[in-house]
Amino acid sequence: MDVPTLALPPRFEAWFAERGWRPRAHQLELVRRAQAGLSTLLIAPTGAGKTLAGFLPSLIELAPLADEGGLRRSHKLHTLYISPLKALTTDVARNLEAPAHEMQLGVRLETRTGDTPPHKRQRQRAHPPDILLTTPEQLCLLIASEHARVFFEDLQAVVIDEIHAIAPTKRGDLLALALARLRRWAPAHRRIGLSATVADEEGLVRWLLGAGASPRPPTPSPQGEGESVIVRAPPGATPVIDVLDSDARIPWAGHTARHAMPEVYEAIKRARLALVFVNTRAQAEMTFQELWRVNDDGLPIALHHGSLDVQQRRKVEAAMARGELRAVVCTSTLDLGIDWGDVDLVIQIGAPKGCARLVQRIGRANHRLDEPSRALLAPSNRFEVLECRAAQEAVLEGALDGADARAGGLDCLAQHVMGCACGEPFDADELYEEVASTAPYADLTRAQFDRVIDLVATGGYALRSYDRYKRIVQDLTTGRWRARNASVAQGHRMNVGAIIESEMLDVRLAMRAGMRPRPGVPKSDAPSPMTPGRRLGQIEEWFIEGLTPGDTFIFGGQILRLIGVRESDALVVRATAEQNPKIPSYAGGKFPLSTFLAERVRQLLHDPKRQKKLPQQVRDWIKMQKRRSVVPAPDDLLIETFPRGLKHYLVCYPFEGRLAHQTLGMLLSRRLERAGKKPLGFLASEYAVAVWGLDPMGDVDLDVLFDEDMLGDDLESWLAESTLMKSMFAKCAVIAGMIQRKAVAADKQTGRQVTFSADLIFDVLKQYEPDHILMQAALADAGEGYMDLKRLGALLRRIKGRLVHRDLPHVSPFAAPVMLEVGRVPIQGEAEEAILEDAASLIAEAMS
Amino acid sequence: MLSQVPKKTPRLRRTVARPLPPLAIVGANVEARMCGVTVTALPDGALWVAESKALIVSDLHLEKGSSYALRGQMLPPYDTHATLTRVAALMEALAPEIVVSLGDSFHDGAGVARLAERDRELLQSMIARCDWVWVEGNHDGRAPETLGGAVREVLHLGALVLRHEPTLGVAPGEIAGHLHPCAKVAGRGRSVRRRCFATDGERLVMPAFGAFTGGLNLRDEAFDPLFPDGAMALVLGKARVLPAPQERLLSD
Repeated sequence: MDVPTLALPPRFEAWFAERGWRPRAHQLELVRRAQAGLSTLLIAPTGAGKTLAGFLPSLIELAPLADEGGLRRSHKLHTLYISPLKALTTDVARNLEAPAHEMQLGVRLETRTGDTPPHKRQRQRAHPPDILLTTPEQLCLLIASEHARVFFEDLQAVVIDEIHAIAPTKRGDLLALALARLRRWAPAHRRIGLSATVADEEGLVRWLLGAGASPRPPTPSPQGEGESVIVRAPPGATPVIDVLDSDARIPWAGHTARHAMPEVYEAIKRARLALVFVNTRAQAEMTFQELWRVNDDGLPIALHHGSLDVQQRRKVEAAMARGELRAVVCTSTLDLGIDWGDVDLVIQIGAPKGCARLVQRIGRANHRLDEPSRALLAPSNRFEVLECRAAQEAVLEGALDGADARAGGLDCLAQHVMGCACGEPFDADELYEEVASTAPYADLTRAQFDRVIDLVATGGYALRSYDRYKRIVQDLTTGRWRARNASVAQGHRMNVGAIIESEMLDVRLAMRAGMRPRPGVPKSDAPSPMTPGRRLGQIEEWFIEGLTPGDTFIFGGQILRLIGVRESDALVVRATAEQNPKIPSYAGGKFPLSTFLAERVRQLLHDPKRQKKLPQQVRDWIKMQKRRSVVPAPDDLLIETFPRGLKHYLVCYPFEGRLAHQTLGMLLSRRLERAGKKPLGFLASEYAVAVWGLDPMGDVDLDVLFDEDMLGDDLESWLAESTLMKSMFAKCAVIAGMIQRKAVAADKQTGRQVTFSADLIFDVLKQYEPDHILMQAALADAGEGYMDLKRLGALLRRIKGRLVHRDLPHVSPFAAPVMLEVGRVPIQGEAEEAILEDAASLIAEAMS
Repeated sequence: MLSQVPKKTPRLRRTVARPLPPLAIVGANVEARMCGVTVTALPDGALWVAESKALIVSDLHLEKGSSYALRGQMLPPYDTHATLTRVAALMEALAPEIVVSLGDSFHDGAGVARLAERDRELLQSMIARCDWVWVEGNHDGRAPETLGGAVREVLHLGALVLRHEPTLGVAPGEIAGHLHPCAKVAGRGRSVRRRCFATDGERLVMPAFGAFTGGLNLRDEAFDPLFPDGAMALVLGKARVLPAPQERLLSD
């Protein structure tokens, strides 16, 4: 970029000068573009002054207004800032208030989040601030209010932070729709997207500016005379990434990286402040315990993850900021946004899963752009060594993976339609045009749109029995749609959003009431009941369900014993350290191995030259695989069959991530069942799928077994029974407003009851109207996320005619790690009944 | 009181071991004896009393979907049809002389008026085929009467006493509904929540039969006064009834 010669207004120049700073080129460029009324996507690494770049143009515009009118002038909303994190809005507000105050700008800036009290919200609606900092959900709520147009019509700028994290999600769908609404009310506003480095820049530009936008708009265009919409801050120094070559034996399987802890600890000792990233809460707890076990120097090492109590997290963040800590073990809670201190080393425990995520995490280290970030990858097993090495190479080359732009969810569209009807009544033709102008809904047909309107109005059922109970009604003269009445609108507003959290229980210390002996009262032998005491944090309900009262587990760095569950509290007591805690089982990270990284792992595996840097143990392992079986070419699929114990196994290595593998395992099991092979179970890891049964599987026609047509009937019949499909449906039904989590009237439903009734609703709908639009929405979600059908489809196409089969006398080196993970994994569907039957067999024993 | 206690501290009120109620697993069903009468719990959630040829279903909550739709939640309108079809299939299979709907037959008092034509016809044809008794529930008032059948507050069937809401205190032979019992069974690292019958051999609480009816966990304290010595859950599996003792169950 040419360095613009633009001068800032004197007091801005002075402010920079007083601090010995100079505005950076990209900051000036954004000011210049804003003055020309142009929108921008700013791509910048952490620490590049991204936030100030986003707000500088607004502050410059607002300064003379404030000078003229003073703080008491009648305000109009000038700039809207949206971030995915509530905490980030507060943090950014704080960071902006300082310069605004120092320059005496007289600008009013306020946050609006779920925590904002009602009277302040009301005041904000009547008297908007100059700059409002908020979340996507709050924007949806504002749009669903009656005077939304008036509120937004003076809007000059929208700044969207961490846009790369929002855009490819359902929240991104809702936000894109909301932005299109703002465009109608304030057609001239400019948009500034702030993003980390991404693979699909064009996709982000389209998401930010609409389906028709392109990074280099043709001349002439309202986006500027053929110059790029994208402004790039200079990239930071190339990071220094090491993969830990452990002296200890690298485990075949497992995800704890326990073997590497002494070396990780040494690395922490050499650093000022290290962030130790892990993929799951369970790993965080484990790593924290292990580090303290070897912490002979008593270094201040803290723990930070989403389940911990907010107060606890705030304490850790504050201690980081004060420079009192040497390391923090954390999950994705510290991936985004806020800077909490002078981090100079990032350690990734276990596989990074994707390059973009790794880059983001590495960026947390060293916020001075001129110094390289330092990172250490600590793989927890042999396959992960390959993954770490592939990720390291990719990051150094600057190659990135990224979430593909997705088609917008129909459930989100339904929520938006209802929101619009709660605000200003809408015309269906106009709204369709508006919706189709957004990138996620660019391919939405008018027929689909009309079905969504129908879904919102009457539930969209073939049986037209709800035509008399419409949620939205059409004005006979204007033809515009509005909410039927205030109570329906209220019901919508209470249920806005696309974040459906998994059910959480509060973890509380149990206290024994009335333990102190009282005079005159004989001491009783019977223990008094336990009552809930101090809250330690939150934990996933499914995890507690897997425990029996009396079991111990690690939480918040302590070993706790479960006493029982009472309402939404898990009551616990502290257990002594020498007991062996029942560590949460590894359920895999939230994020499967990215397609991009998977491909690089497959290539690495086949390229002996690139393997030179691998640890000796891993090279030996690959060599042994070559001798005993074969190392497949990058586009081949190796399938091994072999007996072990009394069972026969079929193991294949697609490297396509856990989710796609789970689906593949399920479908392979069904097909083997039909082939009379009586499969007993399967296991899916990030790298491989194993199926086992009582008969040899070497004689199966593999081309038929792995044929693409498994995504047809087999998939359909599986989906019909799958609990996954039910939970997908429940989420869609909640987002679309068919089921409300929070009811207006007295009949309060807890999250649990919603899940339950959603199951029943799913069963009935499946039987009577399987093509219902929400069933389609649920199927689309299943295909994208949890079942990764897209990826599985691509795999099956890729390996057509490229199957390499080895019928082996015994387990191969590659299969060994998979076999170690083979646990008790019954074929799903049967599993639920099996649980009930377990309970019943107990009775049979008791009664015999 | 805690709903779950550590393994080694037995629940105080269960210190005196009480024999499990006499049950027999017969094919897909479970038979229990109450006051000398054999009652059969069916996998669909209905109860069959062979000696009186009576089929009992409870808490049908017909027109629950439309009740929600009225208030702006557009649940599928197929629940009434789904529920009635299941009762009709049981009538086909068992040829009962008496069919008892044990209260809360409709989700609300105005439900009868909202019945779709085909559902009204189906229901009336079912009523015409047997001695149909509506036991009054707290949701329905006397509305179902207009469809035919008899309305009773309490129905005596030999030694059995059928009413909607269970009475507090000792009630040998009482069969009631109202509470929608559900059982949450744990195992293999996860849990399953299903509708269930609850019985201690003295009395029995029926599961809700309606297509959209959820349930109350059997470990909820609402069940404590009814089953002071604990109860057996007869859990509705996919194709069979599976017994489980209350203390094996999880609370929500």
